Amino acid sequence: MWANINILWEAPGFLVDLLANGLLIGSIFALAAFGMALVWGVMNIINIVQGEYVMLGGFVTFYLVQAGIPPLFGVPVAAAVLFILGWGMYRVVIHRVVDKDMFISILATFGISILLAQLTNELFGSDVRTVEAGLDTLQFLDGMVSISEIKLLAFVLTLTIGLTLWLFLKRSRLGQAIRATAQNPRAARILGIDTDRVFAATYALNAALCGAAGALVVMAWAIHPYIGLPYTVRSFMIVVTAGLGNIGGVVVAGLGLGALENLAGFVLGAEFQIAFVFTLMVVILVLRNLLLRRQRKYLK
Amino acid sequence: MSALLEIAGVSKSFGGVVANRDISLQVPEGAIVGLIGPNGSGKTTLFNSIVGYHPFDSGGIRFDGHEIARLRVTDIARRGLLRTFQQTRVYGGMTCVQNMVISQSQRDIGWFDLFRQPAAAATEKAEALLDFVGLYSKRWLRAGDLSFGQQKLLEFAMALMNEPRLLLLDEPTAGINPTLINGIIDRLKRANANMGITLLVIEHNMRVIMNLAEHIYCLAHGQLLADGTPDAIRDDQRVIDAYLGAH
Amino acid sequence: MNRRLALYGAAALVSLAAPHLLPNYVSQLSMLWVMILFALTWDILGGQMGYNSFGNIVFFGVGAYACAVIQRDAGLAYFPGLFLGLAVAAVLATLIAAILGSGILGLRGHYFAIGTLGLGIAAGELASGWDYIGAGSGLVPPLYPGELGGRELFFYYLFMVLAVVTFVTLRRLYAGRFGLCLNAIRDDEDKAEAMGLPTTRIKTLAWCVAAFFLGLTGAGMGNLLGFIDPRDVAFAGPTFGVWMVLMAILGGKGTLWGPVLGAVVFHVTQELFWTYLLGWQRVALGLLIVGIVVFFPQGILGWAREHWPERFGHRVEEKAS
Repeated sequence: MWANINILWEAPGFLVDLLANGLLIGSIFALAAFGMALVWGVMNIINIVQGEYVMLGGFVTFYLVQAGIPPLFGVPVAAAVLFILGWGMYRVVIHRVVDKDMFISILATFGISILLAQLTNELFGSDVRTVEAGLDTLQFLDGMVSISEIKLLAFVLTLTIGLTLWLFLKRSRLGQAIRATAQNPRAARILGIDTDRVFAATYALNAALCGAAGALVVMAWAIHPYIGLPYTVRSFMIVVTAGLGNIGGVVVAGLGLGALENLAGFVLGAEFQIAFVFTLMVVILVLRNLLLRRQRKYLK
Repeated sequence: MSALLEIAGVSKSFGGVVANRDISLQVPEGAIVGLIGPNGSGKTTLFNSIVGYHPFDSGGIRFDGHEIARLRVTDIARRGLLRTFQQTRVYGGMTCVQNMVISQSQRDIGWFDLFRQPAAAATEKAEALLDFVGLYSKRWLRAGDLSFGQQKLLEFAMALMNEPRLLLLDEPTAGINPTLINGIIDRLKRANANMGITLLVIEHNMRVIMNLAEHIYCLAHGQLLADGTPDAIRDDQRVIDAYLGAH
Repeated sequence: MNRRLALYGAAALVSLAAPHLLPNYVSQLSMLWVMILFALTWDILGGQMGYNSFGNIVFFGVGAYACAVIQRDAGLAYFPGLFLGLAVAAVLATLIAAILGSGILGLRGHYFAIGTLGLGIAAGELASGWDYIGAGSGLVPPLYPGELGGRELFFYYLFMVLAVVTFVTLRRLYAGRFGLCLNAIRDDEDKAEAMGLPTTRIKTLAWCVAAFFLGLTGAGMGNLLGFIDPRDVAFAGPTFGVWMVLMAILGGKGTLWGPVLGAVVFHVTQELFWTYLLGWQRVALGLLIVGIVVFFPQGILGWAREHWPERFGHRVEEKAS
C-alpha cells in the first residue's frame, strides 16, 4: 500500500488520472443515488434492487449490441425496458410492501435483488462483459492522464439525464404529483392524486434511470451479474451523506465517492475496492450517528 | 436549603423558533408543582430539556444539587428523575406485569443480575402498584391491548415502580374519562404523600391542577409569565389573558 | 407437564438416532442443526430485541477462520486442536461483537439493517484479500482422523449438542430479566432509556451472546465442510446471512420455537430445491424469500397465534372477584 502511495507522490499526473476517471464514474453513482432518493422520499422504501436494475440495463445494452444495434441506442432502450420491468415489479411485489414496516420492504427488495442476480447468472453466465463504443481515448499531461471519450460522453449524458429529471419533477404535472405525494401522501390522495399510480410511476422511473446508467456502465466500463449490491450500497451511502432532498449534495457526494473509490482501488489494491465501498458505508453510518447523537438525535 | 430541581435561565430554540426563553423555576422536595400555559408555550420542550432528551442552549438545571445538563437520558433517569409522556408510552408487546417488573429501579442492578429471574418481591410490588392504579384485573393483558386511559394508568404505575425522587408528568389527565379524573388526582396525591415522590405536573385541566399543586408556574410564548399559589394564579390577569388570547 | 416431557423425550430420541436411521443424509442433518443455530441466534437480536441484523454472519465467519487458523498453526493433534480452535473462535467472535457493538448498535432501524449488511459483505471481501487466511482460496482445516463417515457422525453430534445448549441457554435468558430488557428495547427503546435501562449495555450483551454461539457454529462448520471459502462459506451474506433472517421470520420471530420450526421447514425445502432444481435452486430460494416476506411475515407461530389464541399464549382478563 505504501508503495502505491509513493507512486502517487512521485507522479502526481497519475493521481489526476485516478481522480478524473473517478469523477466520471461518480456521475453514474450520483444518477443511481438520485433514483434511490426519489423512491425513498416518495414511497419510503429503500430499494435494494437498485443495483440490479443498473446491472440489467447493462445486459440489455450488451445483447442489443450483439444483435447489431449501435451501442448508444442502448441508453434509451435499456431505460424503456427497465421502466417496464420496474412498473411490473411494483404491480407484483412492491405495492404490497409500500405501507408496511420498512424492514419488510428492505427484506423483500433484498430478496428480489438476490433473485435477479441469480437469475441473470443462470441465464447468461457470470462472465464480465463490456461493449465497444468505438470511440477514442484522450491523453493529457504527457500520457499520464488518459480519459476515454466514452467516459466523457457518459458523464455528459448522466448530467443531462439528471437535469432533465429534475426539470421534469419541477415542471410537469406528474412531477408535481410525485413531489406532493412525497411530502404528504394522505393529503395528496384527498386532493385527488392517485398515489398508487404515482408510486408506480416513481418506481418505474427509478428503474429506467438505473437502466440508462447501466447502459453507460457497460459501454464505458464493464458489468457482470453481481455488480448490483455494490451499486445499491453506493447509492445508499450517497443519499445518507447528502440527505434526502438535497440534489446538489447527491451530485457532489456521488462524484466524490467515485473519485475516492478509484483512488482507494489503486492505493489498497483492486481486490480491496469492494471491501472499501462497504466499509466506507458502515463508517459513514456510524460517524453520522455519532454526530447526531451529540445533538441527541438518532438516524431515524 | 436548595430545591430538588432547580432550573436557572434555561433557553431552547429549534431553528428560528424560540421554544423556551430564560426559564427559571424551583421544585422543592416533597412538593407538587404545576406547570401550565396555553398550547405551544413550551411546557413539553422544558420537560424534554430537563430529562436530557435534547440539549438546551443556555442556562443550567440542577437536580439534587448536581448539574445534569450534559448527562444522557439514561443517566438522568437512574438518578431518580423520571417523566411520563404526553402520548403515553408503554411496552406494547409485553404484559402489564412485565411492564412493571422491567420498570424496577436500575440503581442496584449489576452485570449478573441481568441474567437472573426478577425477585418474587418485584412481582408482588408490581401487582400491588397495579392494584393501586386499578389495573389489577388486567395485569396479564398485553399492554398494547389496553385502552388509552388504561395505558396512562399503567405508565404512571411503571413510574411509581421505579421509585423516583422526582416525577415529571406530562398531562396526566388528558384523554381520561372525566369520571375517572378524581381517582387520578387522588392517586397522585397519595403517591406524593405516602411514597415521597416529588411531582412536577403539566396540566391543561385547571380544576385538576388547582386541586393538586401547591405552587404553579405559568408559561406563555416560551417565557415564564407568572408563578404563585393556585389562588394567586387563578386571579392573575396576565394568566387569564394568556389563555384567552389577549394580545 | 407430562406431555411436554414426553415431547422433549421423543425429540431427543429422534435426534440421537437420526444419523443411524438416515445414514445417507448425515451431512444434511448436521446442516439442519446449523440452520437451527443460525435462526436461534438471529432471533435474539431480530425477534426479541427488534434489531434486524444482516451481519451476524460476521461472527460465523470469524469463528470459522479462527478455528481453522488455530488448527493449522497450533501444532496440536486433531481433537485438542479442534477444541482449542472452538474456544478461540467463541472468544474472538464475542470480543468482536463487544468492540463493534457500541458503534454499530447505536444505529437504529433500517440503518442498522443496511449497516450490518455492509459489515457482513465487507468482512467477506477483506477476507478474500488477506493472505494469512488464504485470501480467495480460503482455508482447509486438517483431515479428520478416523474411518470414513466418522467425521460426519462426530460433527452431527457436535452441532446437535451445540444447538441444544444454545436453545436451553436462550430459554433461560428469555425467562429472566434479560428477556424483559430485550423486549422492552424492542417495544420502545426511547421509553427504556427514559426509565433508566442500560440499553447500550444490554444491546451489546445480546450481540455477544449471539456472537458466542455463532462463533462456535462457524468453527464446527469449517470442519464439517472440509473447507472455508471467504465469500461462499465464511461470510456468505446473500445466502446464510439472509437465510438466518428468513428462517426466524418463517417460523415466527420473537419466539423460542419459531426459529427452530422455521429452520426445519426452510432447510427441508432448500434441500428439495437442490435435489430437483439444481442450478435454479438459488433462484427458487429468492422467490421463496420474497414470497414469505410479502405474504407470510407473521410466520408459522404468528399464524397459529391468530387462529388458536388460547393455545399459543393469548392472555385473558381475570374476572373481578
